[in-house]
Amino acid sequence: MALLEVKNLNVSFGAKHNAVPVLFDISFILHRRERIAIVGESGAGKSTLGFALVNLLSKPGHIHSGTVKLDGTNLTTLTSPQMQKIRGKRIAMIFQDPMVTLNPVITIGKQMVEAIRAHTSINRHDAKKIVLEKLAQVQIPAPDIRFDQYPHELSGGMRQRVIIATALLLTPDIIIADEPTTALDVTIQAEILELLKSMCEENNVALILITHDLGVVSRVAERTMVMYAGRIVEEGPTLEIINDPQHPYTQGLLNALPQMTLAGHKLNQIPGSMPSLSDRPNGCAFHPRCQYAIEKCQIKQPNYIYSGISTVACHVLEDMISETSSSDSAFLNDGKDVL
Amino acid sequence: MFVFLLRRLLQACIVMLIISLLSFVIQGNLGDPVRQMVGQSVTSEEVEKIRQEQGLNDSFFQQYGRYIKNALHGDFGESYFYKEPAFHVIMAKLPATIELTLAAIILTIVIAIPCGVFTAIRPKNLASHGIMFFSTIGLSTPIFITAILLLYVFSALLQWTPSFGRGETVSIMGLWESGFFSLDGLYHLILPSISLSFILAPLFIRLIRSEMLEIMESEYIKYAKAKGLSSARVYFIHALKNIMLPIITIGGIQIGNIIAYTILTETVFQWPGMGSLFIDSINRVDTPVISAYLMVVGVIFVFTNTLVDLVYGLFNPTVKLAVKDV
Repeated sequence: MALLEVKNLNVSFGAKHNAVPVLFDISFILHRRERIAIVGESGAGKSTLGFALVNLLSKPGHIHSGTVKLDGTNLTTLTSPQMQKIRGKRIAMIFQDPMVTLNPVITIGKQMVEAIRAHTSINRHDAKKIVLEKLAQVQIPAPDIRFDQYPHELSGGMRQRVIIATALLLTPDIIIADEPTTALDVTIQAEILELLKSMCEENNVALILITHDLGVVSRVAERTMVMYAGRIVEEGPTLEIINDPQHPYTQGLLNALPQMTLAGHKLNQIPGSMPSLSDRPNGCAFHPRCQYAIEKCQIKQPNYIYSGISTVACHVLEDMISETSSSDSAFLNDGKDVL
Repeated sequence: MFVFLLRRLLQACIVMLIISLLSFVIQGNLGDPVRQMVGQSVTSEEVEKIRQEQGLNDSFFQQYGRYIKNALHGDFGESYFYKEPAFHVIMAKLPATIELTLAAIILTIVIAIPCGVFTAIRPKNLASHGIMFFSTIGLSTPIFITAILLLYVFSALLQWTPSFGRGETVSIMGLWESGFFSLDGLYHLILPSISLSFILAPLFIRLIRSEMLEIMESEYIKYAKAKGLSSARVYFIHALKNIMLPIITIGGIQIGNIIAYTILTETVFQWPGMGSLFIDSINRVDTPVISAYLMVVGVIFVFTNTLVDLVYGLFNPTVKLAVKDV
């Protein structure tokens, strides 16, 4: 059985009658020890999805319909005390900006010990032992000194290590990492990612990595989901998607990556910008920015189809697949020369 | 820490010097002190002689210097009314005022923290609306009106509480007359402390509420929830500890207001403290007591503000570091 099974998850903002939908029919499966990535531009709903999974949507956001099953238990129907037992214990989170994630007036040690004691009856002394052990595991020098320090006495990278260590304290089933390296110095981004990956491997933890950086994805995640305007538009094995992106949006994202070999050239970009939630275009939300858009794209939401490489929601691709079984068209090869 | 205290001490000296100058000027200009002493039926020659004896004809700076010198010895001259050193008169009334403010502050904390937190985490609850409504009323009603109203309802109509004075007091080592240790004393404390906190609590409820609302949106509160902590821990440890800083800051500033409010409260309830003594002394043009009061209040003010700055370090780890570094 899948560890996490998300089915037709719909999330809306606002009161019931004039709610603005932000996530549409999100469905995916996460297996034990698997690492998946959710990729997309800002505003695609990636973080919203992350928070929806643990039922921590900021008001007025709420789950409109759908299920999130953890080992068969539907999390969306749990009471808040029941959900509290899941958070931190079975699903831990890592936030984007380590500078603001830790409470500035409580010591690192206390913030970690309380995470253990919220879910277990381990006494303070033993909890401290576990904390020091985990701090050492994430390669924090002199954990016993750090234990009594306040967040402001640590660098950004150190803090993110502390947060990773906190996530691992109770060896959860899943860690949801919401842009864990975005706020960090470029020089330590790779280090933190590598740490996150190896920690998940060592502790048999599954990872949901939320990011806008496709470079990050290839290093860490086995599978990738690309999100656009609240919908998953492409989903499949990471390497395949990066080598041969199917959806025009994924192609655009990959084309937009800066490349050393093209120094001096203008960066590629996807024309236009992500629509705001309140005026989502009809049909495929990406059609106003899509160079392949056909008439159908403006009218009807595309269904998911399997292209042989990944699962994609695109009319053009669907037509092409039904017309010819070959994939020699210019469109399908567009992203190939990127990497 | 030491340097910090030293610097604070220097600031305190400057503040006290300015206050002393003011109180000295007041003392010199509230009527003719010789007339206060001897009355009308004295010849102008005799008056002149007394002026000379008392040093009243010396230059301003000579007189001020003498005033400072005496003040440092706790000597503010003799009260015209009590025929006792003014400083002793003030000190005898100090415990009553301090106990009243202490009771009001405790009451304010006990009321404001739960109410403030509650209105922030349940903003749409009916009780929250009620609390906010009453806090608006409390904030905008002058203290003498609330005090008189309370007095009318609970003392005059219902006769539940005594209407004036401190009641029975217990002497602690002959130094401090305390009303905290006798039932009668506590009984007398109820109404005055309630009316004092009636104006303080709403301010802090609103402050705590708005700070809480802001903090609740912060990432670290969301993170605390994501760790699976109980709501009580999230609100009362993670959030409240962060809002202590603005509360302490405002609290420090409010100390001045509390002193001012005690004058009014003490007058209404005939509470035998410094405040009512001050008002009486103004009526009697008892200038030594007035100037002694100003100096004592000045010291209290400077002292509590220094204390507030030190407490600040307890709640703000970055401040502690800065103090260490100096």
